[in-house]
Amino acid sequence: MKRLKLEEAILPPVVALLVALLVGDVLILSFGQSPAAVYRQLLEGTWGNAYGFGQVLYKATTLTFTGLSVALALRAGLFNIGAESQLAAGGFAAAIVGLALPVGLPALLVLPLYVLAAGLAGAVVGGIPGLLKARFGAHEVITTIMLNFIVLALLNYLISTRFKVHDTLHTAEIKSGALPRLSDFAAPFHGSAANTVLVLALFVAAASWWFLFRTRAGFELRAVGLQPPAAENAGVNVPGTWWRAMALAGMIAGIGGLNYVLGYKHYYEEGFSAGAGFLGIAVALVGRSHPVGVVIAAVLFATLSQGGLAVNALVPKQMVDVLQAVVIISMATAVPEVRRVLREAGSAKREARTAWPPPRSPLPASRFPQ
Amino acid sequence: MIRLTSIEKSFGPVRANRGASLDVADGEIHALVGENGAGKSTLMRILSGMFQPDAGRIEVNDRDVTGWHTADAIAAGVGMVHQHFMLVPTLTVTENVTLGAEITRNGQLDRGKAQREVQALVDRTGLVVPVQQRVADLTVGEAQRVEILKTLYRGARVLILDEPTAVLSPPEVKELWRVLRRLRDEGGTIVLITHKLDEVMAISDTITVMRQGETVGRLQTAATSPGEIAKLMVGRDVSLAGSAKRDAGSATTSSSALPAPRSPLPGLEVRDLRVASSRVANVVDGISFSVARGEILGIAGVEGNGQTELIEAIAGLRRVSNGSVLLAGRDVTRATVLERGDLGLSHIPEDRHERGLVLEYTVADNLILGQQQHFTRRAALDSGRIAAHARELIKTYDVRPSDPALPARALSGGNQQKIVIAREMGGARDFRVLLAAQPTRGVDVGAIEFIHAQLREARAAGKAILLVSADLTEVLALSDRIAVMYGGRIVAMVDGATASAEKLGPYMTGAAAA
Repeated sequence: MKRLKLEEAILPPVVALLVALLVGDVLILSFGQSPAAVYRQLLEGTWGNAYGFGQVLYKATTLTFTGLSVALALRAGLFNIGAESQLAAGGFAAAIVGLALPVGLPALLVLPLYVLAAGLAGAVVGGIPGLLKARFGAHEVITTIMLNFIVLALLNYLISTRFKVHDTLHTAEIKSGALPRLSDFAAPFHGSAANTVLVLALFVAAASWWFLFRTRAGFELRAVGLQPPAAENAGVNVPGTWWRAMALAGMIAGIGGLNYVLGYKHYYEEGFSAGAGFLGIAVALVGRSHPVGVVIAAVLFATLSQGGLAVNALVPKQMVDVLQAVVIISMATAVPEVRRVLREAGSAKREARTAWPPPRSPLPASRFPQ
Repeated sequence: MIRLTSIEKSFGPVRANRGASLDVADGEIHALVGENGAGKSTLMRILSGMFQPDAGRIEVNDRDVTGWHTADAIAAGVGMVHQHFMLVPTLTVTENVTLGAEITRNGQLDRGKAQREVQALVDRTGLVVPVQQRVADLTVGEAQRVEILKTLYRGARVLILDEPTAVLSPPEVKELWRVLRRLRDEGGTIVLITHKLDEVMAISDTITVMRQGETVGRLQTAATSPGEIAKLMVGRDVSLAGSAKRDAGSATTSSSALPAPRSPLPGLEVRDLRVASSRVANVVDGISFSVARGEILGIAGVEGNGQTELIEAIAGLRRVSNGSVLLAGRDVTRATVLERGDLGLSHIPEDRHERGLVLEYTVADNLILGQQQHFTRRAALDSGRIAAHARELIKTYDVRPSDPALPARALSGGNQQKIVIAREMGGARDFRVLLAAQPTRGVDVGAIEFIHAQLREARAAGKAILLVSADLTEVLALSDRIAVMYGGRIVAMVDGATASAEKLGPYMTGAAAA
């Protein structure tokens, strides 16, 4: 069982990537370049040297947080489109706490404080749509999208009126508890943003897995996501689970803000989230809402994102945006097809896990004579 | 003439049809019977073009049509009426009947002509429905007639009906039989999927029996008996006590073997209960009754008369607007589902796919649903105890296949229901009151027998049981007392020993009031 679950988490991203590479071939050819050369450049610029790899790790760290955030909400049957503002709020809260702290405290001592501040801010931003849904039935997709505008505008206002350093859009630098970069341990990483928040991301991924699949709360949360009436019948407070799941999702995204604020720049900067919250949706979908899948998908999207910069000399870097979109679309279309083909090829073990009764094929639309 | 030969159809590892065959002559009512999971519906979906067979041959009027699709089947006059209605509730009867075959004039809908045509069809067939009403406002029986009209409107000469009586009251069933006979007498052919033997005897001309995907017999109704059919269905002799009506005064064999020690101790008591819904002010409109320990109180009634809401209110799933619920003398009106469970309330929900099971969860996980708080070690689930619990219940309740790691979705209806029964009644669960809503809906004869025996045993063990069933024979066979619900009220309360379908029928339709 466990092996199959893992396989389900890993196979789809791999297939999606292959489809994206195929589409990439066509695009690259249309720019008059050789696919082999571009892909070599892409790999060399990402996994081929320590700096590029460090950048991939840095980006994957934030995406792991936002991907887990979206995945956790999805497991409860909710679509969290608000990871973007939850991430920003978490980063902002960490920066404010950092500025208030006395200079020079050791990182290990103040790290819990930062995690708490970032998590709490994210949990508030995520919890509000959760409460609105639990109390008034407001759809979380609408409220999280709208809250993105509100929260990002509010943070922008606070930064530009109160906290910014003159002539910039960022706060002053935190002097206490900044986390070491990977380059502090391994010199080749020099210049890359990768830092020890990476470890925190892996820890949160492991904790999410344990929570979802090993605890009573996770058991109840997944039941709510799969079949709310059955969960209700089993004594689960469905609206309560909704808002708690959203708060937890917000918390995870909020902690993700530490990657930039605590690990990389040591200040909060307007717009640092830069779409990582939205890309988290893609990460969760490609990772099939499984923590292991999310980590893998985060690395995949981080590679594409960093690779776009590496190949910019050969093809426009927007090509990589197209590839990311293709990955998502192929997850939604091609991958189920691949799974079906695999199933029909007749691997009995996989078959045992397929839906029963099988989905009905859509009826052909037709007109009938009188 | 329809001939299906050696039909094979698999879904993943499940072989739904294994060499099944069927012969239907023109102008007959043909009953296709078998236990749940015997492959009846699959076979008929293959005939109607919804599924394509893996192997085998389909012939209609001596034409080989193997592998045809729904559109081809309809064009050839073969149409299927499904168990679950496929109607658009916000559209009118006329719009639903003509949907997909709309009558237009210059590209615009010709509503007048459509209405005249549908009305003509209603008059011709005797399937009486108000053609201008919205489907949402129809009764279940009327909605079913619309489904049949829809199929006939498309020119069906062969009508396949999948368990059509599951949702009907006795008078509505009689009305349906009348219509089917009329269609047959006008040259139509009808294939009726059912597992109710009394229906088979009442309406069919010819019978095909299926078991485990195979055709095991073809019989002339006039020359057979329910016992013979049941034996073919199950593959062994069956006690029909559970599905046969209990004679007045004399108890069935199995219940007489277990004397019911009716005790004056309170089991479940409901006082002046009222429940509001979004559509109706009082879906449950002032209901009071009590169920003693060692008693089965059956609630009869056509579905949709407040039974669902009553059960959900007692189970703690629905807000009560007035009145109280007492469990063993304790007021639990405001208690949560888990609190009620811990106070000894067990609940077999009417819809196992919706409420009873999380279909994607494993059998083992489903066996702890609602009791998950007792299977933890600190915050974590205790997988060792969950597994042991699953092994024990799977064995005791003979759940098949016996793999606790399979998703509940992979099991047949009867085995899925066994999971629910095992969870609510078995193991260490020390319940005092059982709410059994439609406990045998959609399960096979063998499982019905088993579930009825479980209910009788629980009664003998001094449990208070509230039984709600749309199957009147089930209510009659099991209940010590029978309450009839109509329009959210109890309109009659009769002694189970002297009750009969004839006596209860008028109350169920609201024609008589107590």
